[in-house]
Amino acid sequence: MIEVTARYFAAFREQAGRETERVETVARTAGDLYGELAARHGFADARARCKVAINDELRDWDAELAEGDVVLFFPPVAGG
Amino acid sequence: MSFKIQKEPIDPHALEARLRDDRAGACVTFEGWVRDHNDGEAVTALDYEAHEPIAVAEGEKILAEARARFDVIAIYAEHRVGALAIGDCAVWVGVSAAHRGAAFDACRYVIDEIKARVPIWKKEHYVSGESGWVNCATRAPAHQAKPAAAEIS
Repeated sequence: MIEVTARYFAAFREQAGRETERVETVARTAGDLYGELAARHGFADARARCKVAINDELRDWDAELAEGDVVLFFPPVAGG
Repeated sequence: MSFKIQKEPIDPHALEARLRDDRAGACVTFEGWVRDHNDGEAVTALDYEAHEPIAVAEGEKILAEARARFDVIAIYAEHRVGALAIGDCAVWVGVSAAHRGAAFDACRYVIDEIKARVPIWKKEHYVSGESGWVNCATRAPAHQAKPAAAEIS
């Protein structure tokens, strides 16, 4: 079990009803954690359309998590 | 730095001056404007949000890719954040090059990659009073529950 901080943006922030939260998890990867949090907060976007960053760096969904990481969840982008 | 998340109105004329170079024979600029409709909905305003550290890093990466791929002289881009009205400039991309081919190609590459990769989100406000995040799945708000046929008939 590790503790990380999850941070949500745009649609995810509104769906979760918060910008950040501390999460105790057994998730090994960023993708596992997304699955856990999507189920909890009702995120409906397929993981493949979203992005994740760990400690302000974009990473793949199979990136491994470490105690104290700040994990940023980005819903599908829509610039332009 | 050549990519900026801009909190103030974009000034295309001032930005174009950054591209000036005596070696340049071509200048291509792209402006993305806020339009009054999207997917059959009348849009009244937009809010843009970015995660600035990663948006800037990813934007700079895109511009570096364009410099490596195309024979350009100068390249610059800005994306607005905050509350925008219809007609406002949301994104600006400018490229100068010795010849037009590279300038067109690089400009197109940069705007396409910005739209696909940079962590920027757009919330639309509709005439109905509803609002929605573009491209994001939702738990069926009223504006998406309406049958498409009713909107276009």
